[in-house]
Amino acid sequence: MSNRISQCFAHAKADNRAVLGIFVSAGDPSAESSAAILDELVENGADMIELGMPFSDPMADGPAIQAASLRAIKKGMTLAGTLDIAKSFRARHPDTPLVLMGYYNPIYIYGKDAFITDALAAGVDGLIIVDLPPEEDSELCDDARMAGLSFIRLVTPTTLGHRLPVVLEKAGGFIYYVAIAGITGTKSAAKETINAAFTRIREETSLPAVTGFGIRTAEQAAEIAHISDGVVVGSAMVSIIEQACAEESLDTEKLVNSVGTYCRSLSEAMKRS
Amino acid sequence: MGDTAPNSYKTLPDEAGRFGIHGGRFVAETLMPLILEVEKAYITTKSDPGFETELLYYQKHYIGRPSPLYFAPRLTKHFDGAKLYLKRDELNHTGAHKINNVLGQALLAKRMGKTKIIAETGAGQHGVATATACALFNLDCEVFMGAEDVRRQKPNVDRMRLLGAKVHPVTSGTSTLKDAMNEALRYWVANPETHFYIIGTVAGPHPYPEMVRDFQSVIGKETKEQIKQAEGRLPDALIACIGGGSNAMGLFHPFLDDESVAIYGVEAAGHGIETGEHAASLTGGEPGILHGNRTYLLQTKEGQIKDAHSISAGLDYPGIGPEHAWLHDIGRVNYVSATDEEALDMFHLCSRLEGIIPALEPSHALAFASKFLPSLDKDKIVILNMCGRGDKDLEAVLPLLEARSKL
Ligand SMILES: Cc1ncc(COP(=O)(O)O)c(C=O)c1O
Repeated sequence: MSNRISQCFAHAKADNRAVLGIFVSAGDPSAESSAAILDELVENGADMIELGMPFSDPMADGPAIQAASLRAIKKGMTLAGTLDIAKSFRARHPDTPLVLMGYYNPIYIYGKDAFITDALAAGVDGLIIVDLPPEEDSELCDDARMAGLSFIRLVTPTTLGHRLPVVLEKAGGFIYYVAIAGITGTKSAAKETINAAFTRIREETSLPAVTGFGIRTAEQAAEIAHISDGVVVGSAMVSIIEQACAEESLDTEKLVNSVGTYCRSLSEAMKRS
Repeated sequence: MGDTAPNSYKTLPDEAGRFGIHGGRFVAETLMPLILEVEKAYITTKSDPGFETELLYYQKHYIGRPSPLYFAPRLTKHFDGAKLYLKRDELNHTGAHKINNVLGQALLAKRMGKTKIIAETGAGQHGVATATACALFNLDCEVFMGAEDVRRQKPNVDRMRLLGAKVHPVTSGTSTLKDAMNEALRYWVANPETHFYIIGTVAGPHPYPEMVRDFQSVIGKETKEQIKQAEGRLPDALIACIGGGSNAMGLFHPFLDDESVAIYGVEAAGHGIETGEHAASLTGGEPGILHGNRTYLLQTKEGQIKDAHSISAGLDYPGIGPEHAWLHDIGRVNYVSATDEEALDMFHLCSRLEGIIPALEPSHALAFASKFLPSLDKDKIVILNMCGRGDKDLEAVLPLLEARSKL
């Protein structure tokens, strides 16, 4: 299990605050601006990066992340390119945990063994592969864990019944609680629901648990930071990039600044008073 | 299935839903409990004699089964080779084979206590069949259809609306069948408690490929009886078109262990395989993972899914059911292809020679028949699945035939 992930959560806990994780798609809107965006995020309080591996058919994602994936693919982003972005990020940020998030097909085509080797060499800490449930562990999870990558599991409202132990069995790094039954960037969950879910999750595992899907505002982030060990914001961040791309000519510097400002607002709000 | 021998081709999928390396359950965690629930319900239901009786009742009195097995004299004469029989599933209520599967799944959904149904559709035939069953059983119906297909299959969109379904035009991705399936899955992820997803072909996560195959196998089972009646023996070959592969699997499956029967699946070659604009995933694709299963997919060398192209909306899908992928790997079934142009020719020819207006999908099967039958002796017997009628295609096809001076 990755030291960077556990240390990140341990430090946050010692400071009595929750971890802020930010999702962006690799190569959105371009490989170069990705690097600048990641630096700006870390600069402005992101504790952990979830780097999306673009896929043409992201089954569990809403319109914002679908569009981000397609923008990146259109600009030529590949899995190899994503690993390059990860590698240069790692060189600049030796301590910030970096998790790759995406779908299985591009990895399957890249080759499982080559992917595990190259991800480790790039300094990746963990993987979230949306379409690999525990039932398909022999595809990637087992080998990735053996090699030292954390295989991060999504726990959803539909998991909370008798499936929870199945999902937790080989879980590594942290638990990603998907607060809504639904796709990314659509609805938001009620605080009470999240509270109840966390009571259940904490009974079953000592791994830290973060909440994601549907968190858009600093207020929501602050509220959830009281319940959860971490908060992940994705679609809302990606929408800022989308807006910048919709303008007549893309002003990368301005984009990077707005990403930073939004990230800062989240991290400030999450400081527990 | 009861009739499986040790060296049978009919023992799969295994418990993990695999057909060789293909199949499986590659879905998001939110869906996993749902597909496990469907699997459990299907296992109990299929061995329930009450369910079988109910299904048989609707097959007979509502769909109009058994569909005839018809000797096509003028096409046979025209091709000047083997005898051609057509399995007339285009005569089914709603005009295609899709209703065979939909009735089975709708009855299952009802038994599971679900009141709302989701479906994806390409040509609109599966959407119409689903809307029909939902009207019959008083279920809510939401159909996802690529915006491009909404345009080219307008009559079916109108039928669905009349039947009470809500049609969602899908504009994400490339606005065709694969995106409709993405959107249907997304909708299911967001409404897991109330909804049942009726997948329209032998694809998707386990248990769908198996379940849809079982419901469509009525085609092959009837055919086997009927050809024995008509000719006193098994056919020499079977031909069916392949989008996801459900009409083909329905015809093929009961014959898989009859080694003397050669089997041909016809994929859509679009503008020609060499142009890259086609929907032939076995001929021009590589194994990969999409929509919950591993199978052959049209994709880039980086693993991004490519657009399929076919004149037929029902074949315009970049994947194929996992059981076909396996039958291809082991060589039991031969997979060939036919172009848009060849299908158009057959659309016209079959209408003129047999008075049967075929859908564009089985027109692809006819295109292969037109090349294959002349190579066979006159005493050989070939059966082709006439899986749908062409009314839905007239708007798209007539201008093309006029441009070719065929009308
Ligand atoms: C008449 C007809 N044939 C064939 C197909 C292709 O599906 P499958 O390969 O599952 O039979 C369709 C799909 O819409 C159809 O409407």
